[in-house]
Amino acid sequence: MSSPAAAAPITAQAFKSDYKPIWCPGCGDYSVLSSFTKAFAKLQLLPQDVAVVSGIGCSSRIPAYTTCYGFHGVHGRSLAAAAGLKLARPDLTVVVASGDGDGYSIGGNHFLHACRRNVDLTYVVMDNHVYGMTKGQPSPTTEPDWDSKLSPGGTGLRTFNPLVIALAAGANFVARAFAGDPNGTADLIAEAISTPGFSFVEILSPCITFRPEQREWKQMVRPAAVTYTNDAARAARRIMTDDGMNIGVLYKGERKPYQPPIGKGKKNPSDLETEFAL
Amino acid sequence: MSTKKSVKKATKKPVKKAVKRPVKKTVRKTAAAPAPKRAAAKSVPVASNAEFMAHAYAMEAEAAERYAEFADSMEVHNNLEVAELFRKLARIEQIHADQILDQMGWKHSPLSSVNVRWEGMEGPETADPTELHYLMQPYHALQIALLNEKRARDFFANLAKVTKDPGVRKGALEMEEDEAEHVRLIEEWLKRTPKPDANWHADQDPPVLSD
Ligand SMILES: Cc1ncc(C[n+]2csc(CCOP(=O)(O)OP(=O)(O)O)c2C)c(N)n1
Ligand code: SF4
Ligand SMILES: [Mg+2]
Repeated sequence: MSSPAAAAPITAQAFKSDYKPIWCPGCGDYSVLSSFTKAFAKLQLLPQDVAVVSGIGCSSRIPAYTTCYGFHGVHGRSLAAAAGLKLARPDLTVVVASGDGDGYSIGGNHFLHACRRNVDLTYVVMDNHVYGMTKGQPSPTTEPDWDSKLSPGGTGLRTFNPLVIALAAGANFVARAFAGDPNGTADLIAEAISTPGFSFVEILSPCITFRPEQREWKQMVRPAAVTYTNDAARAARRIMTDDGMNIGVLYKGERKPYQPPIGKGKKNPSDLETEFAL
Repeated sequence: MSTKKSVKKATKKPVKKAVKRPVKKTVRKTAAAPAPKRAAAKSVPVASNAEFMAHAYAMEAEAAERYAEFADSMEVHNNLEVAELFRKLARIEQIHADQILDQMGWKHSPLSSVNVRWEGMEGPETADPTELHYLMQPYHALQIALLNEKRARDFFANLAKVTKDPGVRKGALEMEEDEAEHVRLIEEWLKRTPKPDANWHADQDPPVLSD
């Protein structure tokens, strides 16, 4: 414990904006927001040193609810904007908020190449196995037999395994978290931010409106039985053979982040004008 | 910088297969549903009275914060009566938290709340967000509060039993008594609050398109 007389530390509250979140009561994303703010406080960051970038979806609303710099971008394109920002402003801590639709469907290609490039970003995906914002269509992580009016009898399609794909594509840090464990999730986000390179945190975040049965996740998750490995093949084997409910850091590598020298190739506006002159 | 921490102490229930149940065909009744059991907080590491009080503070502050979030959520969904009730509960918990600071002569807690960890996934007095429903009534909100107060009472009772530190035991017994008093107050409050009828969650225009 610190001395009670010491200066007040930055609290999670300092990262919360005045906007009241617009999510269904009980949505897992509330807790994820709280984990973001706790992680920033844990690292004693300042709001002006953090940028939260997102795409589109319920999960992508997070930037507005923080006091950090925010960019609510285009569906599936959060990683492109975030990578550009980080390369231009390496001094900022850049955290990306996404969903399973935003990150694995329309943004799937960006996900692969962001892992491969290994820019120093933290990519947080709130996975609820559904497109929440557009009212319940199946996503790449939806179970093949999930039956609903919009997918009668289920899609019959094999689910996408984002953690293994991230490993194969070169992500440097891979973790799984659960929204119902906000303090544990905050620890994982903080660790992801502190690990150089592309860090991927997949958060099981229940959509209580379209997937009410996900309330049961809180009875099903458990800490991963073994500590993380730096061997991607071993981590992949573990992830492929677990039931998707192990939480914790699953892989941590040592790849050097991609960061070209600042200023190299930078042009002044008049150079750009000449380039585009007709 | 490394912030490596061992990963939590989540529930230790047996492994179940991934949930694949179909969506319910009606708006799900949730607010009054009994909350799941949380791991009993038997061994939160409190070696001294100051550490104990810092944990007690974190518990109250976390509860206040959660109720305030619930109030915001209800306000956004135009359930103003329940929003006001959650706001009131948040104020009450914040008063309890502030009393601990006063008692200890602290300006702020020496243990940052972001570093407090419980044996379960959340503090014993922190309400479970999945119990909310946009059409819930004050009675449901009070049921949630009652459960939290009972959990807090049991937490302190347990701590008093397991601690080896006489100062911590004394503090825990006092807190247990306070929480037991809160349980009684909420039980009284519930008696004065109308019980929702069986159709409280019926919505002529539900948000779930696929139903
Ligand atoms: C280019 C484009 N295509 C489609 C959409 C419609 N759209 C909005 S959100 C969304 C899915 C979001 O799902 P997910 O990322 O899982 O977020 P959730 O709402 O579940 O958090 C879609 C398809 C869009 N906004 N833009
Ligand atoms: S639709 Fe689902 S994901 Fe979106 S706010 Fe509601 S519960 Fe959350
Ligand atoms: Mg989704």
